[in-house]
Amino acid sequence: MFKKILIANRGEIACRVIKSARAMGIQTVAIYSDADRNALHVKMADEAVHIGPPPANQSYIVIDKVMDAIRQTGAEAVHPGYGFLSENSKFAEALAAEGVAFVGPPVGAIEKMGDKITSKKIAKEAGVSTVPGYMGLIEDADEAVKISNEVGYPVMLKASAGGGGKGMRIAWNDEEAREGFQSSKNEAANSFGDDRIFIEKFVTQPRHIEIQVLCDAHGNGIYLGERECSIQRRQQKVIEEAPSPFLDEETRKRMGDQAVALAQAVDYASAGTVEFIVDGDKNFYFLEMNTRLQVEHPVTEMITGVDLVEQMIRVANGEPLTIKQEDVKLNGWAIESRLYAEDPYRGFLPSIGRLVKYRPPEEVVQADEVVRNDTGVFEGGEISMYYDPMIAKLCTWGPDRATAIEHMRNALDGFELEGIGHNLPFLSAVMDHPKFTSGEMTTAFIEEEYPEGFEGVELDRDAVQRIAASAAAMHRVAEIRRTRVSGRMSNHERKVGTEWVVSVQGEDIPVSIEADHDGSTVHFDDGRTHRVASDWTPGDSLARLSVDGSPLVLKVEKITQGFRIRSRGADLEVRVRSPRQAELAALMPVKVAPDTSRLLLCPMPGLIVNVAVSVGDEVHEGQALCTVEAMKMENILRAEKKGVVSKINAAAGDSLAVDDVILEFE
Amino acid sequence: MKDILQELESRREEARQGGGARRIESQHKKGKLTARERIDLLLDEDSFEEFDMFVAHRCTDFGMEKDRPAGDGVVTGWGTINGRMVYVFSQDFTVFGGSLSETHAQKICKIMDMAMQNGAPVIGINDSGGARIQEGVASLAGYAEVFQRNIMASGVVPQISLVMGPCAGGAVYSPAMTDFIFMVKDSSYMFVTGPDVVKTVTNEVVTAEELGGASTHTRKSSVADGAFENDVEALAEVRRLVDFLPLNNRQKPPVRPFFDDPARIDESLDTLIPDNPNTPYDMKELITKLADEGDFYEIQEDFAKNILTGFIRLEGGTVGVVANQPMVLAGCLDIDASRKAARFVRFCDAFEIPVLTLVDVPGFLPGTSQEYGGVIKHGAKLLFAYGEATVPKVTVITRKAYGGAYDVMASKHLRGDFNYAWPTAEIAVMGAKGATEIIHRADLGDAEKIAQHTQDYEDRFANPFVAAEKGFIDEVIMPQSTRKRVARAFASLRGKSLQNPWKKHDNIPL
Repeated sequence: MFKKILIANRGEIACRVIKSARAMGIQTVAIYSDADRNALHVKMADEAVHIGPPPANQSYIVIDKVMDAIRQTGAEAVHPGYGFLSENSKFAEALAAEGVAFVGPPVGAIEKMGDKITSKKIAKEAGVSTVPGYMGLIEDADEAVKISNEVGYPVMLKASAGGGGKGMRIAWNDEEAREGFQSSKNEAANSFGDDRIFIEKFVTQPRHIEIQVLCDAHGNGIYLGERECSIQRRQQKVIEEAPSPFLDEETRKRMGDQAVALAQAVDYASAGTVEFIVDGDKNFYFLEMNTRLQVEHPVTEMITGVDLVEQMIRVANGEPLTIKQEDVKLNGWAIESRLYAEDPYRGFLPSIGRLVKYRPPEEVVQADEVVRNDTGVFEGGEISMYYDPMIAKLCTWGPDRATAIEHMRNALDGFELEGIGHNLPFLSAVMDHPKFTSGEMTTAFIEEEYPEGFEGVELDRDAVQRIAASAAAMHRVAEIRRTRVSGRMSNHERKVGTEWVVSVQGEDIPVSIEADHDGSTVHFDDGRTHRVASDWTPGDSLARLSVDGSPLVLKVEKITQGFRIRSRGADLEVRVRSPRQAELAALMPVKVAPDTSRLLLCPMPGLIVNVAVSVGDEVHEGQALCTVEAMKMENILRAEKKGVVSKINAAAGDSLAVDDVILEFE
Repeated sequence: MKDILQELESRREEARQGGGARRIESQHKKGKLTARERIDLLLDEDSFEEFDMFVAHRCTDFGMEKDRPAGDGVVTGWGTINGRMVYVFSQDFTVFGGSLSETHAQKICKIMDMAMQNGAPVIGINDSGGARIQEGVASLAGYAEVFQRNIMASGVVPQISLVMGPCAGGAVYSPAMTDFIFMVKDSSYMFVTGPDVVKTVTNEVVTAEELGGASTHTRKSSVADGAFENDVEALAEVRRLVDFLPLNNRQKPPVRPFFDDPARIDESLDTLIPDNPNTPYDMKELITKLADEGDFYEIQEDFAKNILTGFIRLEGGTVGVVANQPMVLAGCLDIDASRKAARFVRFCDAFEIPVLTLVDVPGFLPGTSQEYGGVIKHGAKLLFAYGEATVPKVTVITRKAYGGAYDVMASKHLRGDFNYAWPTAEIAVMGAKGATEIIHRADLGDAEKIAQHTQDYEDRFANPFVAAEKGFIDEVIMPQSTRKRVARAFASLRGKSLQNPWKKHDNIPL
């Protein structure tokens, strides 16, 4: 076995690889850019080599720099993770030239599967079901229309070198095919420097289901079941699971056999993923093969018990697979939620900054529950602008799908993340969405279910009542503590009452609390009662409660006369008041927030370094508008809400006073 | 006998009605609560004991003798906040617009005298049209009687003012001399002369809100220490403030049970200081991670944001915090920041509240507006306040401590008890670049040499060790252990006894 392995990556995947390598007794080497000096993968590795400035194209994907790090540390093998150099055949060649093992497939397989047109041809020859379409290059728009008619509408026009939705168009008729051809071609030329376009059938009710394969260099190949990744936003996967709620055993086997056949057709030797698109009638078509470890590999590991990274390393070391196809049993259900530093309330705008708070739920390994969190960050760390906005991959496993989902709901509720915008509430919302819980999702799920973007979650009456009961019980605990302050008048202490009014979502809910040593019984006007037990003490930001015997995890933040409570994707202000306080609070006027966002004022005397927008620009909430330097520090001013810039009163180099108007909005 | 008891009840009922149902409704329509409703929210339930419910005015001019409502426009008494005694007066706008008469003033004076005698805070709720014109100079005398008591009570018992309606003319000077002023957004204003007089005298057209609303006084004038959305929130937050304050200057600050380990380590603080010394970070993160349960009661949040002031608890006991805020103006000291912090430090010192100072200060803000505004004397206020303070003083330098501002920010030389520095601290006369350009003026033309000198200066002085070698820093501590070290430092100072030399009073550069 190798003595030392270098991980040519960063973030969670570098940490993930280090874990398996360490368990195998292999020394690990991390590489890092300036931005990752204090990163977790650097701390975890036995050695770390600095490889340049923050941008990846000056560090992580510069082959020479990685090769230098290998030479410097004497690493015998390299795991590329995903992204960066993982599917770069030049890198694999460079390694081969120096006799360093690449923990991935042979160069030939990378090259063949890296090109969309070549890979389809090979797939077809290997007997893999492919989307009906035209594989050859298309000369002009007329030909595109002709071919579209042969394939049958709707069709998709795709750039050969494409990815991430770029250079992709759907056409339902001749006119759209003509237009789509031209625009795809232009976009492809601009984005990839390669304007080759092909046409294929557009699949309706599509689901994204992929097969995990594992092959060795001795001609053995197996598949480890599938993963369903239909919950995507702009081609970016958000939630994945294994197995798929859609497949039956027979389809699974057909897909698996075809995937292995394809892998073997290119002499594949490593872990790889064959992606299929599956339509509503369980027809499946080959999309592409990813010749690397996938982000979402943990769900496969959780249902098969196979450590994919370990297997990859063993295969790279020339060992034959010890797992046979018949050994592969799919056990239970696993779900992965990708936590992104993207603010769902602001159109999923990426957010960067300091992780003021980062407390993932505790990892659990039990007979009926597994919680696993793959991450590369830590509290006090930084989400920088240079890399992928993924913070963590939270995975749960349960004996069945419903249990796995329930574990995920609780794990998300228990995940504390502050300092940056993130998609936790959105992930929680999906876990409660009927289309997801019933397993009836397609790749259009997010687009169709959240057409206006995500606007938070409205909890049902029962959930609100449980939260109201919890808030009342916690408020009472906090109020009793307040009465224990020193310096009070003996014999004339404040007595904390039992009658309260909980105000939430514009509703006043009277409750009465009976407290005893084990908890509180909270009575409601409608005759219902809830029994709340908890070891919550004032100041705890996470309340783990038991309400009527079932667990409820709330993120709690003290506000005047109550709490801000976050749970299951909802974000509530819950006030708990005495009946008299509530009666008087009801007299208070409802105020409309004044509109100060029409102007961007200079918050301090300073020098304008740059103005990042121009007149007519539409800006998003949180978007950087301009930079003001004051006391030698650069302060970025951001848009408070959506708007269109109507006037700019300052330019770079201007010296401004406090409250000078920099920009005006329409 | 029964009739006599009945008589009491009906006279009480009449007094409770204040200006009557119609005026109460009008008060509510303005988004304001009545004097008694406010007291209900301020004090513990059923704890209010009223004084002078039946006091009526003695004015006989302008037909006033025909209208003598019980209470005379102010409700006074005492009660408890979480079991601790406070005195309160609450002006009743529904009775003569809450205007101040001789007897109205006497009621306020009575409870202030009792507060002084018995050692409990005074909380004044202001909602008054001003002097009762019909009483003429008697009303003015009443104000002055109150002022004199505000002055005598200053530093003896905490005085808190809530401005929950108009407060104009002479009336403003009573709140002005109290320790804290809180306002309610959109329904309160304070000014010496109102918009009408302003227009007549200066031709300036301005609304009452612009001239003296909550926003003006919390952001521009710094007259107010905080503003709240409505009466309910304001009163709840004042209760929260009182929980932090001692009842008088003979008592230690209050302690309450806490649920936060004093030895809690917070590793995320090790990465609080950015790699680039010119990148700001949020000092509030350090304050909340250091404090018990993350609870920080900020004073003057919206004014001079380059310095933070407020209360936290450590081991359940109150600590006043002053901290430079690198997010605003790089955390430099200027006129406003110096005044804000100086007043806060003096309050803490007056009431035996220990002071924690967190330092990241690049110096004083340069410029003509600062010099013309008298930054020399205003900056000296903060220096003076720290130097005269005899309460326990613990200081942590997180990053920059440059020049005179280093001295000012509770340095060892100003009788700091514990002066800690993080390893990231840079304690020097100024930043490396500036220092190099002065020391090596001869090499100014040679960029390479200057760069080398700058580097040398940074290596030598951009750290806490030069100061530590001289004993100006007691110890260099790990950021992650700040809570533990600071809590232990204050714990060791519980018996601190330090007296300044006898003097009639000092002569702080006002």
